[in-house]
Amino acid sequence: MPSRTRDNRRKPGTLSCALSCGARWTGLAIVLLGLVLWLAAVGSAQPTERAPDTMEARLLACAACHGRQGEGTKNDYFPRLAGKPAGYLMNQLVAFRDARRRYPPMNYLLEYLPNPYLQKMADYFAALRPTAVPQPVAEVSQAVLARGRSLVSEGDAAHGVPPCSGCHGPKLTGMEPAIPGLVGLHASYISAQLGAFRYGTRTAAEPDCMQLVAASLTESDVTAVAAWLASLPIPPDPSPLPKGMLPMPLACGSEPN
Amino acid sequence: MRGEGTLRLRLRLWPPILLAGWLVASLAQATRADERTIVTKGEYLARAGDCIACHTNPGGALFAGGRAMATPFGTIYTSNITPDPTSGIGSWTADDFYATMHAGRFPDGGLIYPAMPFGSYTKVTREDSDAIFAFLRSVPPVRQPNRPYDLRFPFNNRQLILGWRTLFFQEGEYQLNPNKSAEWNRGAYLVEGLGHCAMCHTPINALGGSSESQAFEGGLIPMQNWYAPSLTSNKEAGLGEWSIEEIVDLLRNGVSQRGAVYGPMAEVTFNSLQHLNDADVRAMAVYLKSLDQGSPLAAEVSGIPAPESSLLMSFGQTVYATHCANCHATDGRGMPPDYPPLASNPSIQMQSAVNPIRMVLNGGFPPGTAGNPMPYGMPPFAQTLSDDEVAAVVTYIRAAWGNRGSPVSSRQANELRAAPLD
Repeated sequence: MPSRTRDNRRKPGTLSCALSCGARWTGLAIVLLGLVLWLAAVGSAQPTERAPDTMEARLLACAACHGRQGEGTKNDYFPRLAGKPAGYLMNQLVAFRDARRRYPPMNYLLEYLPNPYLQKMADYFAALRPTAVPQPVAEVSQAVLARGRSLVSEGDAAHGVPPCSGCHGPKLTGMEPAIPGLVGLHASYISAQLGAFRYGTRTAAEPDCMQLVAASLTESDVTAVAAWLASLPIPPDPSPLPKGMLPMPLACGSEPN
Repeated sequence: MRGEGTLRLRLRLWPPILLAGWLVASLAQATRADERTIVTKGEYLARAGDCIACHTNPGGALFAGGRAMATPFGTIYTSNITPDPTSGIGSWTADDFYATMHAGRFPDGGLIYPAMPFGSYTKVTREDSDAIFAFLRSVPPVRQPNRPYDLRFPFNNRQLILGWRTLFFQEGEYQLNPNKSAEWNRGAYLVEGLGHCAMCHTPINALGGSSESQAFEGGLIPMQNWYAPSLTSNKEAGLGEWSIEEIVDLLRNGVSQRGAVYGPMAEVTFNSLQHLNDADVRAMAVYLKSLDQGSPLAAEVSGIPAPESSLLMSFGQTVYATHCANCHATDGRGMPPDYPPLASNPSIQMQSAVNPIRMVLNGGFPPGTAGNPMPYGMPPFAQTLSDDEVAAVVTYIRAAWGNRGSPVSSRQANELRAAPLD
């Protein structure tokens, strides 16, 4: 019978129960309301979750032009970043920030970022190995491609042009710490960079070897080199060579021997 | 005996000589220590005044000047303020330096163009001016002659500055307000004086002047095409509704629960505010919060007809869902302080839509500061979105979630594609 007793007690039959039960319900309601308000207050104090504590979440600003994994995009002038040596990427980030390499959207983005963060960005993209993005093939003649191939692998001694592979490696994937890979880039990007070296809108630490190389190329050489490089597939392992693997034909400030 | 006496005399003389030597040495040491203290204080105050922002060319020597400042009247090149005796301020006295800060005059009495914020620096005390001067004397001298200004006629005539000064310059050190706390007064001294916040946050008129009556009411920064919000209106960057903590976070770290600094303000946080101590940033926050005039939220008047703006809204919502909601959330609350909130963010809803349009076009990182060393960046969308899409999405964020900004036209979006990024 205990259950019935409880039932009886709950019956709102008497005045005292009406008062006491009502008071109890009111009390409960107040507690519940308080709880709801407290939860709401906690909710509004911390309304949302934090962004993921990752470089990927921090660097979405780069993804729009360079791809989510730094693999590059269809745009001809935005290079892939993934797998390039960290020293090279760091040099470029600092050069953009300090406006030694001019491209206003990049200069603007990096203007107030300190070196340790730029180094983390460089390390992050250097370590990524995304799937290669298929590249458009430059529409040039076989003769132009042949000239490009010859310049890339043998250079042009008569005009003082060293082969690209002399520093950038036989597989053209670059060399640690600061020589970039040349595969996986669009022809327009490569020719624009050679032009920028030649005209001084892109500069590197002295001695600025790429400025010397670019200055010794003719316009048609630039077209040929860019077309040939852009036609090469990215090798299965795009990692740069270890530091000091190649005896470099030129002294470069960015790659001290 | 005699020799002994001489010796005794010598011995008796030694202690005073030693004492005198010690006194001189310790006095010299004390003077050097005082000098060091003054130089350190001056360095701190130079940070508060953000001297480096204008007097150092990007990639150039510290305080050697030569930075081009585009103005509506032509280009001004900033001065070399290193202690080089010929091209810098090496031959100046502390009086000369105070005259430039306080009265806007060169040592020879010549008038300084008001690109140098002497209208604000005039409030700096003599003691602080002397400390900054002592600091500038301590930096490495750099021989780099000042570059002549490239101002158009008639602005190349310095006598015109006299007229400008009559209209807009009020000389005088900061006067304590006895009805306010010491903290408030310190904040006012920094904001109105060294901080020279009024240079951007007070409307600039056609004569390049800013009027006292409109102090801190916001305005478009000439040549830069960024809008410096009003600091007195809650509808803009009026901070009446912000907590002191949130204001301190924004000023010093560059990000807060309410929003992030961007554009020219990112420079101020990076070069100046992040280096100030707790007490000073807090004092500035207390003063800034008190500037709020409790302006009511009036509905915006828009030049765009209602049906067109409702089309913009629905198109904008689609663009938002595709490109923005991932970080700023469907309900516009973002993930603060990393991804700033857009709902209730005054910076989105201001009368001028210049800033939200530019943020969409150019993206940006808040400054990397000690309090926020690895900021989250916003991608630029200039190359991804058309003018119509930019207009639609900015219209949407300005009016969704209870925001009260007016619609934006694709023409406005298009015009800002050409805004300078440096």
